[in-house]
Amino acid sequence: MKKGKVWKYGDNVNTDVIYPGKYTYSMLEPDEMASHALEDLDPEFAKNVNPGDFIVAGRNFGCGSSREQAATCLKYAGIQAIIAKSFARIFFRNAINQGLPVIQSEEAARTIEGGEEIRIDFSKGKIRSQKGDFTFSPYPASVMEIIKAGGLIPYTKEKIKRGKLGK
Amino acid sequence: MGKTFSEKLLGAKADREVQAGDVVTVSPDFILSHDNSAAIIKKFQQIGVKKVRVPHKIVIVLDHVVPASSEKYALNHKIIREFVGEQKINNFFDISTGICHQVFSEKGFAMPGKLILGADSHTTSYGAFGAFSAGIGRSEVASLWATDEIWLKVPETLKIEMEGKLSNGVFAKDVILKIIGDQGADRANYKAVEFAGKAAQEFSIASRLVLSNMAAEMGAKNGYFPPDNKTTGYLKNRAQQPYEIVSSDSDANYESILRYDVSSVVPQVASPHTVDNVRPVAEVEGLKFHQALIGTCTNGRLEDLEAASRMLKGKKVDPSVRVLVIPASREVYLQAMRKGIMEVFSEAGCVILNPGCGPCLGAHQGILAPGEIALSTANRNFRGRMGSRDSEIYLASPATVAASAVEGKITDPRKYS
Ligand code: SF4
Repeated sequence: MKKGKVWKYGDNVNTDVIYPGKYTYSMLEPDEMASHALEDLDPEFAKNVNPGDFIVAGRNFGCGSSREQAATCLKYAGIQAIIAKSFARIFFRNAINQGLPVIQSEEAARTIEGGEEIRIDFSKGKIRSQKGDFTFSPYPASVMEIIKAGGLIPYTKEKIKRGKLGK
Repeated sequence: MGKTFSEKLLGAKADREVQAGDVVTVSPDFILSHDNSAAIIKKFQQIGVKKVRVPHKIVIVLDHVVPASSEKYALNHKIIREFVGEQKINNFFDISTGICHQVFSEKGFAMPGKLILGADSHTTSYGAFGAFSAGIGRSEVASLWATDEIWLKVPETLKIEMEGKLSNGVFAKDVILKIIGDQGADRANYKAVEFAGKAAQEFSIASRLVLSNMAAEMGAKNGYFPPDNKTTGYLKNRAQQPYEIVSSDSDANYESILRYDVSSVVPQVASPHTVDNVRPVAEVEGLKFHQALIGTCTNGRLEDLEAASRMLKGKKVDPSVRVLVIPASREVYLQAMRKGIMEVFSEAGCVILNPGCGPCLGAHQGILAPGEIALSTANRNFRGRMGSRDSEIYLASPATVAASAVEGKITDPRKYS
């Protein structure tokens, strides 16, 4: 069980407010990215987030641009996982590929409140909050492998080393 | 039960029968990236292989911040130029060519039946040509460069049947804004969209690109139009390779079928700060704004510039607004110049910028100050996208933007048509 504090946001949190376009091609270092995380939505976030915190949000989290920094900046800001009612497609892939777990749970996202402390057990698919427990289906094995490797780049590196390419 | 376009195409690529929900491992026909290639190169190097696996599949277009506006951007461009030289990536288009999605189409990479993946969310655009094209992230592109394979989920398909005829002063942009406004920004999340029906066939290639481009704003994975003789006509003398048309079976299984009569669509405007915050222009008429943008991968083609110039011909832009015009590519720029359209813009008092993304992503060339409002032909109006987080963006068709520029406030373009 990993515990952390919750930052709660609404529906349609888009990639421009997570990581503004003006930085997309000028900053390459993850720590620099983290200092601008959620800048246009919640200027307090980057200053006060602690390693291990969670984000809980509404529908369509991460909609908009394909910019991977939207996932990278949250991961390096210390976010342990994101729970939302739903995720935008590209953000979902980007998060997994950065080794940042994303959990889709309508009920948990609705019930859990900002500021509260929650615990998540990834292997069992369990979220424990003050308002009750929630379950989610654990990832398919292939996705879990990418998260375990720490993201797609280290995963691909391993795969090539082991000569495990499909074709 | 028949199959959808997506099921057929991804099945053919995976070399087996598939249906929506299946996960396939596939090799794309083309992989697109732009200025973000500098970041992708860094990730590619972390993987530790020396050479990209299939250089001719890689297409790189510099468009986002061109010419470089700072030392950092300049360095990124330099890294990319050196890399494409070393790796023998011939499909490289430097800063003089235009916006990646327009260049990719003009140069004949967007073809029916192809699988195209790109590190840009508006990669959905090539559905206009009957391709399966989807946006992916940077790590995925780096990994594709190294391995030539990726997993994709076969999406369910949302079919949008369009009938009727557009009235005067109403354009493809109004139709897609209306659809997104009705359906919401996540209606097509994880899904494919198929634009069908008589009205879909009536749309020009340029107009189809508007709809396929903005399918991304409904969350769609791709935005497919069945190819026809307009498609093959456009690709004559352009197509990079032989291609085969792939279409949905008539008894294919759709998640839903939505029906739209485009004859009843009026000019639409998306208000801040979400693309699905859409209403008829009449409801925002009279709103003053500071900057107009006519261009971007959504509406920077010849047809768009023509529609805008009809509103501006012989008139002056209102002194309270500044108008930026950005042709989507050099090809478009030249065509517009030869037709005298550029002259109309310049005489009206517009600022004509070089082909590229311009201020669309808030990096250069017309950033908004706090409290400023922009009226733009782009595809996104998210908070802070064009500059200050305290600025606002309204989205509309080129005709609406140009007519409004003349009056200095949001205006119904049908007055002028
Ligand atoms: S014009 Fe705007 S939306 Fe289109 S590719 Fe450029 S930045 Fe993206």
